[in-house]
Amino acid sequence: MSNYRIQGATGEWEVVIGLEVHAQVTSNSKLFSGAATAFGAEPNSQVSLIDAAMPGMLPVPNRECIRQAVRTGMAIAAQINTWSRFDRKNYFYADLPQGYQISQLYHPLVGEGSLLIEADEKAGIAEDKIIGIERIHVEQDAGKLMHDQHPTMSYVDLNRAGVALMEIVSKPDMRSPAEAGAYLRKLRAILRYVGSCDGNMEEGSMRADVNVSVRRPDEPFGTRTETKNVNSVRFVMQAIEHEAMRQVDVLESGGTVEQETRLFDPGTGTTRTMRSKEDAHDYRYFPDPDLLPLVLDEDFLAECRASLPELPDAKRKRYIEVLGLSPYNARELTAEVETFARFETLLAETAKAIGKDEPAVATQVANWSLSVAPGVMKALGDEGDPANATAAAQAAILAMQDKGEISGGQAKEIFEIVLKTGRDPAEIAETEGLKQVSDTGAIEAAVDSVIAANADKVEQYRAGKEALFGFFVGQVMKAMQGKANPQLVNQLLKGKLG
Amino acid sequence: MSVDKATVAKIASLARIRMDDAALERMVPELNGILRWVEQLGEVDVAGIAPMAAVIPGTLRLREDVVDADPLTGGGKQADVLANAPAAEHGFFGVPKVIE
Amino acid sequence: MTDLTADLTSLGVKEIRDGVARGDFTAREVAEAFNAAVAEAAALNAFIVTTPDHALAAADKVDADRAAGKELGSMAGVPIGMKDLFATYGIQTTAASHILEGFLPRYESTVSSKLWDAGAGMLGKLNLDQFAMGSSNETSYFGNVTSPWRKAGSNAAMSPGGSSGGSSAAVAARIAPAATGTDTGGSIRQPAAFTGICGIKPTYGRCSRWGIVAFASSLDQAGPMARSVEDCAIMLGAMAGFDPKDATSLDMPVPDWEAALNSDLRGKKVGIPREYRMEGTDQAILDSWEQGKAWLKDAGAEIVDVSLPHTKYALPAYYIVAPAEASSNLARYDGVRYGLRELPDGSGLQDMYAATRAAGFGDEVKRRILIGTYVLSAGFYDAYYTQAQKVRALVARDFERAFAECDVILAPTTPTASFPLGSMTDDPLTMYLNDVFAVPASLAGLPAMSVPATLNPDGLPLGLQIVGRPFDEQGVLNAGLAIEQRAGFTARPEKWW
Ligand SMILES: [Mg+2]
Ligand SMILES: [Zn+2]
Repeated sequence: MSNYRIQGATGEWEVVIGLEVHAQVTSNSKLFSGAATAFGAEPNSQVSLIDAAMPGMLPVPNRECIRQAVRTGMAIAAQINTWSRFDRKNYFYADLPQGYQISQLYHPLVGEGSLLIEADEKAGIAEDKIIGIERIHVEQDAGKLMHDQHPTMSYVDLNRAGVALMEIVSKPDMRSPAEAGAYLRKLRAILRYVGSCDGNMEEGSMRADVNVSVRRPDEPFGTRTETKNVNSVRFVMQAIEHEAMRQVDVLESGGTVEQETRLFDPGTGTTRTMRSKEDAHDYRYFPDPDLLPLVLDEDFLAECRASLPELPDAKRKRYIEVLGLSPYNARELTAEVETFARFETLLAETAKAIGKDEPAVATQVANWSLSVAPGVMKALGDEGDPANATAAAQAAILAMQDKGEISGGQAKEIFEIVLKTGRDPAEIAETEGLKQVSDTGAIEAAVDSVIAANADKVEQYRAGKEALFGFFVGQVMKAMQGKANPQLVNQLLKGKLG
Repeated sequence: MSVDKATVAKIASLARIRMDDAALERMVPELNGILRWVEQLGEVDVAGIAPMAAVIPGTLRLREDVVDADPLTGGGKQADVLANAPAAEHGFFGVPKVIE
Repeated sequence: MTDLTADLTSLGVKEIRDGVARGDFTAREVAEAFNAAVAEAAALNAFIVTTPDHALAAADKVDADRAAGKELGSMAGVPIGMKDLFATYGIQTTAASHILEGFLPRYESTVSSKLWDAGAGMLGKLNLDQFAMGSSNETSYFGNVTSPWRKAGSNAAMSPGGSSGGSSAAVAARIAPAATGTDTGGSIRQPAAFTGICGIKPTYGRCSRWGIVAFASSLDQAGPMARSVEDCAIMLGAMAGFDPKDATSLDMPVPDWEAALNSDLRGKKVGIPREYRMEGTDQAILDSWEQGKAWLKDAGAEIVDVSLPHTKYALPAYYIVAPAEASSNLARYDGVRYGLRELPDGSGLQDMYAATRAAGFGDEVKRRILIGTYVLSAGFYDAYYTQAQKVRALVARDFERAFAECDVILAPTTPTASFPLGSMTDDPLTMYLNDVFAVPASLAGLPAMSVPATLNPDGLPLGLQIVGRPFDEQGVLNAGLAIEQRAGFTARPEKWW
């Protein structure tokens, strides 16, 4: 249970949040036409006669878009509807050439599923929580309007018109901005794992319609507003905070919340009524007569299932249970596709370089990946070239460290040089003298001379003052100019001191 | 069910057809005549009947995800798309300024 | 030349094609003859634009191909009229609406391009009821089409039927040997019946809808209109075929209907639906129906009674489904990307839409958009639209059951003969009743044809309708041929234009 509450003048209010996320499906061509979907082309250059809704033009659906939506549904353990169909949502707007959006209302492709958000003390999420997902349906994106190019005209670019979207509709299960943020991040990760959406919120590949209402704790839901097209996790959280406050203010001053569509202004972090959509709530949905029912066969479903990768929750569990990573490390490493991909490559390389199995080196690689390497990179800033941080180079460093040839400090120094120059780690260790001495003879000689020079302390140690052990280590390391392998030093000292 | 002038005005506005008072006035009895007539469908016993989903039984064909596979349904034809536009500038369609 | 011209324009599709192939005359001679006939027939107002150059260019290509010994297409040398609902590249395509006046498509409809590929040429774009909404050709922005037929002893301008009224008038007047039509709820069959010609609406999905201005997507089907069953078979063969650009297109081979024509109906059963015996049907039509039964019996068929119990509800169901789809299909005419734009001073985007659509659409189109908008609107959807789609399913089921007992169904095409222009415009409902016999087959997506049977006492043509099982255009054409052979319908309108 979230204990996020808004303190109003008349008492506490609870926020109820549902998100409708529009995620652009990764595909080469549009949902119903062969025009390209690539981002940022000349206006109206990626527009077919179909997208421009020329008279007599007809839609034919793209298999890949359906496939990606089905795979996404499977990734959230949702019901896949083998019989679905497309409906028309009718309204007039300059970014909607047909005068209707082809969408799915009555029989969506994907039914109920769910997604897990994890406990995060810092964010105020006390425990793991399952957020219900109502449905995923497939629909067309609209075009783009530009209002600032001409004094009296808006310009219409239809390049995006007809690009496939998945609308992922959550249940009103979230109770704080933090939960909404966590839901969005998790959803984004899943989409990116599956490869059904690039999750790029800046380019608009993922937008959220934020449904917010407030109520007294344990009372029925209040009237909700829908804030359209919010395009970052932070903005979604801000929009919820502002909108919930606004509604509390309205209610506490005796007013009623209007069910309406609102816009978020990132500049001020506030929401406002959207004037252009004010009479658009009678969409006259009906089955699109240009399209027959969509029926999926078992082969299609089997391919979708077989092509799914290991998903975030499963991966995290495996990292903890099989690789023996801490829950924290496991969560950090599985949050983003790039992160786990880099980690798994490095893990494989390192295990090979050391000659042990992956669980045996996983914690070492995890610590390196999450804290050591990023620390070095950060400290180095622009001087380092991340491209030099190949898995092979890092595995070589980790292997040298594992074999005791270099110390942790030396590993960092070597990595720094690798980042700057791209040189080979072993060569660096050699030429820059960044190796620790593991020559038993040399260390033994140093140990002998330290023992000889500190006979009194040896006496005390042998009499039971074990705390002196650290002193001996320090003396030996000093004698070896810090380059002795500490394990060997310990081992030899223990042997000689008895 | 029957419609009055206000309802016709609302429908006309939903359908984006401007109608003056006289036109609305004229339309009321016409629409009511048609609606009364189609309402005889209410007599039909449709228990257990699914609404027709496809005229000729069949299911939706899906196409492969290939860009511009057929020039007739592909993009890259800005000139064709804009050729008939009442107002086209700099590659865009122009419309009266919209305030969102 | 004059004699040859008169002769050539009396020829049909097969005669022209075979004559050109044999070298009896050139395709250019044919095109010139029809171009001239079209130019003389302005009084019919059958064409919105004429395209004599298109016809000539196609003809010249056929003549050149023939000279070069190349194989000629199934429509080679035949100049046809194209209903102005088919998009034609670079040639104004209007759906007879002001809102599309001046629209020059940068694409060619699948059906028209198949016809050009088969060697046909285009005489022009034929007038029609605006957006194919009408049964008398009185809703066109470009003026009524006048039928070449007149009542005996009267000069009153008669309706050629609708919506393919330009097509029916042109073919009946011999200013085109054939024309394309589209049929949403009878728009090929009813005008064919009114003008004494043949017309077939194939199974839904046979002809691609790609590039045809949409009226009601689940009903619209293109088909040929010509003066003989055989000509219809030839032209339908050129128009039909799978099109991956239309998701409702039938992915089935197109049979060679022309080759398989056969009027021997022995072993076939012809169903007579008792519910088509409706009040308000002309006695002459009932008589011609009886005559039709006798002809088919003579051709060897067995006549059986069948029942289509939901017939009465087909028309009201149609007047929910078709306007609902139309209200959405016509939303794209908004003045943004093509066509008319009305921008009163100081108006915003939504005002522009409302002004453009008010000025661009005719009254019947507005009426249907409003009905369609209403029946889909919040709170009414189930009562109207869902109920209508259920009734539609019942209408289709009726046919399915009837076809368990017969191979084709014989019925009148229309309840009356043609009527004077202007005589039915007061009440939309009376006008809608024109299609009472045609609409059931449309709702069920079945192939259906009208064949001229006889003249009524006023000297106006009457048609008989044959409805077939899904995909059985052949059965429909064969029964049509049997009627045609026995009816011996040779009447033609006297030239007054
Ligand atoms: Mg939404
Ligand atoms: Zn949506």
